[in-house]
Amino acid sequence: MNRSPHITNAPSVSSIMLKVLLALLPGIFVYAWLYGGGILITLVLATATALGTEALMLKLRRRPVQPFLSDYSAVITAWLLALAIPPLAPWWLIVVGVAFAIIVAKQLYGGLGYNPFNPAMVGYAVLLISFPVIMTKWPAALSFAETKLSFMDQFHYIFSHALPANISMDAVTSATPLDYLKTQLKLNQSMDAIQVAPIFGVFGAKGSEFVALAYLAGGAFLWQQRIITWHLPTAFLGAIAAMAGLFWMIDPSQFANPVFHLFSGASIFAAFFILTDPISGPTTPKGKLYFAAGAGVITYLVRVYGGYPDGVAFAVIFMNICVPLIDMYTQPRVFGHKK
Amino acid sequence: MNAPINIAGLLKKTKDVFNFHGGVRLPEHKAQSNQLPIGQLPLPDQLVLPLRQHIGIMPKVRVAVGDHVLKGQLIAEAEGSVSAAIHAPTSGTIAAIADAVLPHPSGLPDRCITITPDGNDTWIERHPQDWRKGDVNTLVNSLRLSGIVGLGGAAFPTQIKLRSTRSPIHTLVINAAECEPYITCDDMLMRERYDQVVHGIEVAQRLLAAKNIMIGIEDNKPEAIKAMQAAVENTGIQVKVVPTVYPSGDARRLVYLVLGKEVPQNKRSTEFGVQVFNVATVLALYRYFEFGEPAISRIVSMTGNVNQAQNFEVLFGTPLRHLVKAAGGAKADTSHYIMGGPMMGFNLPSEDVPITKSANCIIAASSTLFEPPPPSMPCIRCSRCADACPVSLQPQELYWFAKSDNFEKAQDYNLFDCIECGACSYVCPSDIPLVQYYRYAKSEVIALDKAQEAADLARERNEFRLARIEREKQERTAKHAARAQGAKVAKAAGNSGSKPAATDKQAAIAAAIARAKVQKETDSAAPKNTTEMSAATKAEIAETDSRRVAAGLTEEKSPAADGDKQAKIVAAIARAKAQKADVSKMSVSGDDKTTKPVVDADKQAKIDAAIKQAKVAKAEAGKEKTSGNNDGQLMVDAEKQAKIDAAIKRAKAAKFAALTAKNKEDN
Repeated sequence: MNRSPHITNAPSVSSIMLKVLLALLPGIFVYAWLYGGGILITLVLATATALGTEALMLKLRRRPVQPFLSDYSAVITAWLLALAIPPLAPWWLIVVGVAFAIIVAKQLYGGLGYNPFNPAMVGYAVLLISFPVIMTKWPAALSFAETKLSFMDQFHYIFSHALPANISMDAVTSATPLDYLKTQLKLNQSMDAIQVAPIFGVFGAKGSEFVALAYLAGGAFLWQQRIITWHLPTAFLGAIAAMAGLFWMIDPSQFANPVFHLFSGASIFAAFFILTDPISGPTTPKGKLYFAAGAGVITYLVRVYGGYPDGVAFAVIFMNICVPLIDMYTQPRVFGHKK
Repeated sequence: MNAPINIAGLLKKTKDVFNFHGGVRLPEHKAQSNQLPIGQLPLPDQLVLPLRQHIGIMPKVRVAVGDHVLKGQLIAEAEGSVSAAIHAPTSGTIAAIADAVLPHPSGLPDRCITITPDGNDTWIERHPQDWRKGDVNTLVNSLRLSGIVGLGGAAFPTQIKLRSTRSPIHTLVINAAECEPYITCDDMLMRERYDQVVHGIEVAQRLLAAKNIMIGIEDNKPEAIKAMQAAVENTGIQVKVVPTVYPSGDARRLVYLVLGKEVPQNKRSTEFGVQVFNVATVLALYRYFEFGEPAISRIVSMTGNVNQAQNFEVLFGTPLRHLVKAAGGAKADTSHYIMGGPMMGFNLPSEDVPITKSANCIIAASSTLFEPPPPSMPCIRCSRCADACPVSLQPQELYWFAKSDNFEKAQDYNLFDCIECGACSYVCPSDIPLVQYYRYAKSEVIALDKAQEAADLARERNEFRLARIEREKQERTAKHAARAQGAKVAKAAGNSGSKPAATDKQAAIAAAIARAKVQKETDSAAPKNTTEMSAATKAEIAETDSRRVAAGLTEEKSPAADGDKQAKIVAAIARAKAQKADVSKMSVSGDDKTTKPVVDADKQAKIDAAIKQAKVAKAEAGKEKTSGNNDGQLMVDAEKQAKIDAAIKRAKAAKFAALTAKNKEDN
């Protein structure tokens, strides 16, 4: 066979995906430390579901199972979704979400490389729409909570929905700051008054702001490893900051400051791990800027005006639809063509 | 004042090289073959010179088998504008002019001249030319006899690149980038023969009347850079050190690197006054003019999985086997040989192929040296290929379109700007053979274009034909009209004159005779016996005919039980029918006496027909004996049709016979 080039030097798909998983570890570590080991149970459940459904679908589609299971792309979807849902959600929630993500959002579209939407975000959106109450109930970070749940308590709660006798669910969970902010603002509370609530941290949500910092570190690793480029995170966070800054400058009593928006919700996590999914994202440098900026603007608008506390999933899915168009109109100038 | 603009302008001016988008850094493997000086090969036993070693038309063979040739003797002459001559690389005898396997990706054999060296290596008389003072046109034209082609690998006849162009050449870029791994032939050439290289550049400079000259060398060749820098001192030639980024040796990339100018799409650099030559090519020019030596050898890197990698001065036509032996032989696990570099080279079909003008490097390959690629994964749109593409294409989109045979879209995404450098494949995490997809798409587009062209041509020709027919028709009509007009005029003239009146009269008589004859014929052709018949009789005939046919059909409708039996029945029926027909005919004709001979003839015809029919039926029955009811039905249908046809024929025959008989009688 005459195949040139005769040499290659590229990381394999598996090694790229493994590095993404590696980059998630600092965030997971901080997450588990702040919120308890329950997240690890969810991660295991998610991973098992992803591999199981992926193998099943590959079998049904008569595709080789082993090479596609060992590309780790299903595991990434599983982890991203597990980290996106509340840590004490019942076991079936993550199973349903991951199964939907893998079966419908990924395999039914043709598997790796062919899914037009970010599978984890499709799974998230389905769960959010189907089970809004569970999906918006976040436990307070353990380290700051008055009532603490042990790992075994969390384990029991995830599988049997039962808490120790002396603890009520309300004592453990609360609204997220983004959610709280929205409802309080509707009650005509002033921003200053709202932000003294214990769920607010130094610059974001109490506890989760540190998880966000850990994700930032993981993102920096991905950038350093040349797995992601600067375009997507910068444009996404830039757009959120710009939107938040603009509104905040107009009326600081009604709108939270940009730093709060950057470190609340899924901003950092999405900037480095969700938007950077290459398959469902644009490929041109300019396209990446448009895509991420668009996602940032929509995220902010959903946060402030929409019916859901955070808007990353909807923003990403909407921008996924635009990818072919973005790619088409952001073709770089070809060498020797007119400027 | 405009300080920032000036600063920007200054920055641009002082910039030494201009980096192009993309490109890849490759492991070089150059140290393997550039440790030893350029070696000389002993004369091989045989030299096989393919006629097609260059881009363009095959040269015309000027020798015959058995001829003795001298070193440097022209053995094939350039033919047409884009062609290159071939010379005997040593003295010897023409052993064969036949097809042999070529070092070509196709692996297909092509015409070659085989020379058996006599071992004397005797030069033909050489004619050096004064390239410093001689007439430029004469010098350039004489290159047609030099056989020199671009030695960088493209093998384009050099003479054409030196002919004066519409836009004068002001800048000459010497390509010494040698960006592919493993290859060191230009590196060694510059290290050892820098003075000849400079002279060669001067030759090209003189012929092109170029003012600026730049040599582009990648920064991974410090010895060559040093040697060239020393050699060009006081000549005005600039040595441009370009970064080691593949594919800096691509002519368009190199022009951009040293000049910051992009050669526009579908244009040549000569259109804005820049010409590019490979460093070895200019040296060949120098040797041709200075010593009268045509192109008979080149420097080849023999590297990779051999025991002693080295560059050799190799006579064209030397079998690869001979070269491998000189490099200490190939290691045991050598699986095949690659001609060119590992990025754009191709696998050679065997060790027997000859070294040609475009062979800059031969790499002995093994599975450890070049790991077979793992199976391809789906594209994950990581766009590493787009980052690596030196042309700023979108390889992932081109791949998608090529894979789905969407060639139109592939062309929209500038498929034909792809230089097939392989940088995209090199960085692909999914190990997709992207270049192969692009080649496939390109070849399909070219094939489709050709088919379209052929179809267009056919359509044009058809349209032309139709137009011609129409034209001829009109011309005929016009001619007829003119003739009729002429006749009228003549008639008018005849009426007025007396002389043509006689001929006119004669013509009228002839016409009358002809008319009479025709009348007679038509009269006799018309069935006389029927013209006299009443309407009632006619109806009776029709009725009888229809009844007869109906009877035949009803009898034959019963499906065949046995083929033979069926055939017999058919024959019997036919006979009966023939008789019946005779009877009816007789009754129709009414007059027994006159119809008697007719009846006999008729009868005979009918019997013949019936026998024939029976035979056919028998054959068909035999064929379809085994088939079931449906087939039987079909057979019956077929028979039915045959019978109807036969009946009609018979009736016609009878009628005709009757008529002939009657005519005879009449006469």
